[in-house]
Amino acid sequence: MGFVQYAPMDTETVARVARLARLAVSPDQQKAVAGELGQILAFVEQLNSVDVTGIKPVAGVHDDALRQRDDVVNDGNCAADILQNAPQTMADFFVVPKVVE
Amino acid sequence: MTIIKGRTGEWEMVIGLEVHAQITSHSKLFSGASTTFGADPNHQVSLVDAAFPGMLPVINKQCVVQAVKTGFGLNAHINLESVFDRKNYFYPDLPAGYQISQYQKPIVGKGYLDIDLPDGTSKRIGITRLHLEQDAGKSLHDQSPKDTYVDLNRAGVALMEIVSEPEMTGPEEAAAYVKKLRAILQYIGSCDGNMEEGSMRADVNLSVRRKGEKKLGTRCEIKNVNSIRFIMAAIEYEAQRQIEIVEAGGTIAQETRLWDTTKHETRALRSKEEAHDYRYFPDPDLLPLRLDAAWVEDLRRALPELPDAKKERLMQQYGLKAYDATTLVADQAAADFFEAVAKGRDGKLAANWVTVELFGALNKLGREISHSPISATQLSELVGLIEDNTISGRIAKDVFEVMLETGQNPAAIVQEKGWQQMTDMGAIDAAIDAILAQHADKVAEYKSGKDKLFGFFVGQVMKATGGKANPAALNDLLKKKLS
Repeated sequence: MGFVQYAPMDTETVARVARLARLAVSPDQQKAVAGELGQILAFVEQLNSVDVTGIKPVAGVHDDALRQRDDVVNDGNCAADILQNAPQTMADFFVVPKVVE
Repeated sequence: MTIIKGRTGEWEMVIGLEVHAQITSHSKLFSGASTTFGADPNHQVSLVDAAFPGMLPVINKQCVVQAVKTGFGLNAHINLESVFDRKNYFYPDLPAGYQISQYQKPIVGKGYLDIDLPDGTSKRIGITRLHLEQDAGKSLHDQSPKDTYVDLNRAGVALMEIVSEPEMTGPEEAAAYVKKLRAILQYIGSCDGNMEEGSMRADVNLSVRRKGEKKLGTRCEIKNVNSIRFIMAAIEYEAQRQIEIVEAGGTIAQETRLWDTTKHETRALRSKEEAHDYRYFPDPDLLPLRLDAAWVEDLRRALPELPDAKKERLMQQYGLKAYDATTLVADQAAADFFEAVAKGRDGKLAANWVTVELFGALNKLGREISHSPISATQLSELVGLIEDNTISGRIAKDVFEVMLETGQNPAAIVQEKGWQQMTDMGAIDAAIDAILAQHADKVAEYKSGKDKLFGFFVGQVMKATGGKANPAALNDLLKKKLS
């Protein structure tokens, strides 16, 4: 089966997706990124050529049931560990630049 | 249905509610950290909740149980297979950058509940779905002028998001819906329903349209309204706001708004340009949640008596009116209290003492029924004293006041104060004779046709006996003597 070449993504979509993911992609990078993303999508879209008629979708390669745990408190109480890498803390709170809307 | 008169005609509103109810559990939805309210900041956070690299979520079985039981309480379809998805957005109190939620395959599907309206009628409101999701942490914006403080204790606590169909038409229906939903959750024990502590919060979706119009208007969503009073106020404000815009020739922008509890208005929260795009996808850390049909059926069979069934039973068993029964079942503790009072007593009389006297007193004291200064046993004893004619209903109110103040048992109070009803015919007879002798002139007037004076004689004898004369006996004797 040949490699199907799809039209590359447009720069507008790249800018939108980058903003949603909070990634800084400058306008002069957008075209290159669009080309790369387009190639990745084209690669993945090869899957569309497989006939899956009548096959039940699965969530993963292990078709197990989700493991469940009992409702017991056996974790937490480790504020020092949690806060260890925070750039700024105050009285066991994380402190971040004001984000009120 | 609430109809609003605008400048250009009549309007109606269409309301749907999304209620977030915190699930009652010891530990969080996907971690073993505690859920207790009010702990020191970041002390109930595991590495899973703080989204440290490599941490994996493992679901809490009890939260699944609670969601299934609640689904049955809402007469809803339980999905034996459901899927967890990631809802992606960025905010400092969401450490992973996504919330684990359920999107296309929720654990509970369509159902309904019947709401009780103030005029005594009821209305069926459809439930669209119920899904499991994680709560976010808490951001404090008022601790510092330049910074936001973040506490992740709540991050990862299990929530049920319960979505209604857009079938409510005014603030009263929305309030009745939240009340009924809260009662069901409390009866099942899946959520404590405490709105002040944030265990229950509602997002209100509202649009307006001209009366009789079939097409829906553009809706706005008012986020995180945390009391029934605020829900009603936000609905009234928002409907008015939308009508004014449309009547002035404008159009409604679909947007998220918040209810400002100090200014009593809604205002835009997120601009349209930042339109939600949560890029949902199935969480690769979690397999589908599969439930065993027999296990689910066992949960259904173990459900407690729910508010509507209890209301029916109270009406049947105790002969209560729908209004009293509705009042009592709104709070499970009140219904239990009533049944304890009514044991071996007249149901209607017991209901009257609970809903009028006791509720009135608790209101004044600002107390919940669980902290009532008068126990159910004591109130039952008081009702018993009325029934066996030891005291009259009027004296009972005085006894009740003393009970409130001192916590004493009613029989002891009656004994100590000498408030027993005078049932000794001889004593009542003597009291009547004394009054009639004192008021010979009035007796003459009565006999010449002034019937109204009968009440005067009753009052005088009651006064002379300190209100203790048995009213029925007094009436009978007095009638005989005056004839």
